[in-house]
Amino acid sequence: MNRTPAPTGTAAAVTDTSGGSRWEELVTSALLGTARRTPSGVAAGREAPAALLDAAAVETVRRRAGMRPGRAAARLEPAAEDPRPALPSAAARRLAMLLADRSGAAGGGRRGAAPDLMELLPQWLATANRRGCAAPPEALPALLDAARGRTDLRPAVLAFAGPRALWLARLNPDWRFALRSTPGGGAALPGLEEPMGGPPLEQSREWGKVRTLWEEGLFAERVALLSAIRARDAGAARDLLATTWATERAEDRLMFLDSLRTGLCAADEPFLEQALADRSRNVRATAAELLSALPGSALAGRMAERAGSCVAVDHTHGTPTIVVEAPHECDPGMERDGVVPQPPAGRGQRSWWLGQLVEAAPLGTWSRRLGGRTPQEIVALPVADDWQGELHAAWCRAAVRQRDPSWSRALLGSPAAPEAGGPGAVSLAERAKLLGTLRAAERADWVAGFIAVHGLSEAFQLLGVCAVPWAGPLGRAVVDALNIARDAGSYPWSFSGVMGLAERCLDPSEAAHLESLTAIPDEPENAAPGAGGYWAESFQRLVTTLRLRAAMQRELTEM
Amino acid sequence: MTQQGVRWTADQVLALAPDAASRKAGSKLGAAGPWSEAGSSDEGTVWGLCRGSGSKPYRTVIDIADSTGPAYKCSCPSRKFPCKHALGLLLLWAGEDGTVPRGQAPDWAGEWIEGRRKCADDKRAASAAGSPSSGDPEAARRRAERRAEKITAGAAELEQRLADLLRGGLAAAEQAGYGLWEETAARMVDAQAPGLAGRVRELGAIPSSGPGWPVRLLEECALLHLLDQGWLRRERLPDGLAATVRSRIGLSGSADGPPVRDHWLVLAQYDTADSRLTTRRIWLHGAESGRTALLLSYGAAGRAPELALPVGLALDAEVSAYPGAGQLRVALGEQFTPPAPVPLRPPGVSVARAAAQYGEALRDDPWLDSHPVTLGRVIPTPDGDSWQLADADGELALPLTPAAQSRSGLWRLVALSGGTPVTVFGECGHRGFTPLTAWPEGPGEAVTLC
Repeated sequence: MNRTPAPTGTAAAVTDTSGGSRWEELVTSALLGTARRTPSGVAAGREAPAALLDAAAVETVRRRAGMRPGRAAARLEPAAEDPRPALPSAAARRLAMLLADRSGAAGGGRRGAAPDLMELLPQWLATANRRGCAAPPEALPALLDAARGRTDLRPAVLAFAGPRALWLARLNPDWRFALRSTPGGGAALPGLEEPMGGPPLEQSREWGKVRTLWEEGLFAERVALLSAIRARDAGAARDLLATTWATERAEDRLMFLDSLRTGLCAADEPFLEQALADRSRNVRATAAELLSALPGSALAGRMAERAGSCVAVDHTHGTPTIVVEAPHECDPGMERDGVVPQPPAGRGQRSWWLGQLVEAAPLGTWSRRLGGRTPQEIVALPVADDWQGELHAAWCRAAVRQRDPSWSRALLGSPAAPEAGGPGAVSLAERAKLLGTLRAAERADWVAGFIAVHGLSEAFQLLGVCAVPWAGPLGRAVVDALNIARDAGSYPWSFSGVMGLAERCLDPSEAAHLESLTAIPDEPENAAPGAGGYWAESFQRLVTTLRLRAAMQRELTEM
Repeated sequence: MTQQGVRWTADQVLALAPDAASRKAGSKLGAAGPWSEAGSSDEGTVWGLCRGSGSKPYRTVIDIADSTGPAYKCSCPSRKFPCKHALGLLLLWAGEDGTVPRGQAPDWAGEWIEGRRKCADDKRAASAAGSPSSGDPEAARRRAERRAEKITAGAAELEQRLADLLRGGLAAAEQAGYGLWEETAARMVDAQAPGLAGRVRELGAIPSSGPGWPVRLLEECALLHLLDQGWLRRERLPDGLAATVRSRIGLSGSADGPPVRDHWLVLAQYDTADSRLTTRRIWLHGAESGRTALLLSYGAAGRAPELALPVGLALDAEVSAYPGAGQLRVALGEQFTPPAPVPLRPPGVSVARAAAQYGEALRDDPWLDSHPVTLGRVIPTPDGDSWQLADADGELALPLTPAAQSRSGLWRLVALSGGTPVTVFGECGHRGFTPLTAWPEGPGEAVTLC
């Protein structure tokens, strides 16, 4: 066998190319045909094709047998070490199984008694991230593919996947999203690894790199950088933004301003006040909204003044009643403070302005203005002339914006109240938002009370804001309500939304109590045909999923 | 080795699934929910009751200790094999979370196992008593002669067609298109030479395979010519090479090599399918002998072949080689223990050595496209638009085959490596290297790439 040293400069030439001219001569003859050309050493005529094939066979085997490795290309910089401990092997197997379900997870068809594995992936990732485990490298491609298809998974996947995923993303264009979601294109963010409480960011050695990235980075990188800095040092982020504020485009200014929502504090007020004079209306509105969430800000004070002049308590008719005098005009001052003068189609100007004033006024000032009453007492007061809907809705928005639990509680009222179920002054969507301002336990109790009285048909949105896993009373209320729905004889798919939530959110330890529901009951009169079997199947899936979640938790925590 | 305490991984269980849908359905059943009265015995039996949509639960029982790979029995009506219940039960068992305790098999499971074991014993006794004669040896000889004549006629006709092709030039073949080759392939099927038919059919695809096709077409024509000539002059070839020619032509010999007992580590398992047949290749590595062996198993189109051996398991078994010089194909004989996971890895060689091994293998079988080899300490490295496996301690690299570069396994390999050395088993040939299984440098299980 001919093993001459590999010629330099040929990267990955596989077959032996020595004697190449002989082979090329054979290929040319074969291409043109021996009738037109015969290679040297082959006699023309009837036997020429066979002779050519003989020679080609020898050359082919010789070339293959003489195959040599090529020259190695430039090596990759190895991926950064992942210092986190390896995943327990049972958990790694579980992950492989969850990811194996990915293909065709969106496929339609009736859901059987088997759990929906892909839906459990977010929970699995959250637990693994809490444990601080490193992802098994061979699972990274499937994880990145999953995150590519589902943007909601991306933050958790990227946190779990660690540095090697970014290393991979630089090699595969399909995963470029991973670099976009990480500032600095996946290069470590300068200076931000230092623990909280280190030297102020602006005095750190890395500040120069931050400035460079801020000034030269892509838009997405800059947004990510600003958010990261804001999370660590609110003032530094604001100062950084201020350095280039005047030269940013309007859309960019809006996005950057939005990132100040994190860690909003009184020190931001001067910057936001100045943004109230911005050229862009959207920027002005956002600045006003942020300022109104700072109860001590000058803007909040002005809004309180304006709103207060519109709402008063009237004692002249026996029961104290709230009277509303909506503003007669939207003056330039109001406009500057973010009030939008033009109402959407179908709404009166004056009520539109009133809503915006009340929404932006600090809730804490109402008690003083309305006779020292508590939020509960204020909400309970009758409101004259059909203003109640407008006024309460504006207070709801204010309670959500200012994250005020006592006002939220007052506006939510009792979960058992008859109007809580129907279209009252406060819609379900608003209730869900109000619930978001309460502590988890209180939220769960309120929703449990709501379900106990009103059933499940309206509860989906409210359940969505409850902390996972559901607290005991809430879980029991949901299961009881499902049981009642089954006994009423309807099909389970009317409740598939709540069922799906229950699979993901119910405390896994409830599985034991649910076992009895998985039996197929005798069909009662008037029931939809076959409903009992479908219910048993649904409960079966619920129990199976809960068991699976319990196993997942165990695998990740037993190390 | 006993079954005690040795359970498979989920990947190994899922490798048994006949298709992606079963894999998915099976993994959903791999949780305690629908199962009851599940258990496993030390003899390698796993059983359980699975609640389905009907009123009676399905009875699923699996014999992992069977000598031909796991055997399954389930009372469900599915025609998939193994069905999702069997897969789910094995996953549950592999999960080791106490839902499949060790115990005594219930009667319904025990009966089936008894029946199987008895059946297998009977068969063994029967084969020990001497194989039943397959009719008249004289008639068999005459049949073989008639077939050889047909093949000879077919080979001669094929030689004529190749000569015509080369006389007119390959450029003309590009215009002739696929039909010419299909017709010739059909003639070879008539001549009872399936090996020739297969090669001819592949020739038809070459002119449309992109730049460089004349080189590839000439190579394959020349090798086909070589095979024809080998058949026509088989009497004058050494025995080993003559046997290789016969098996390349498509005359199946029987695995009559002496049985070799070893601990066979399953290196890789993958399927290729055409419109008629699914072919499963299972590569084995003998822990003591150091031999590499190939098991082939076939299934009808769209159905998985029955033999399934998950990667990373090893079995104490006998194999017998098929005839032919340098022949790696073997038949699985008696299995002494069920497959069980082992931390064993095949020893690796450098990329230069791997290329040389392929060259040496061509001496015994010039028609060989690739040769199995384990590369030690290589780093997957991008080279322009393609990838190569580069020696961590040298300057040389083997390119991956174009097919391997478009598979998702490539990214599993790259992810596993992270720019650091790995051990890779695969097939090394004139088109490049096809990675099939990889191991990390440190401790860690085998990662399948195919």
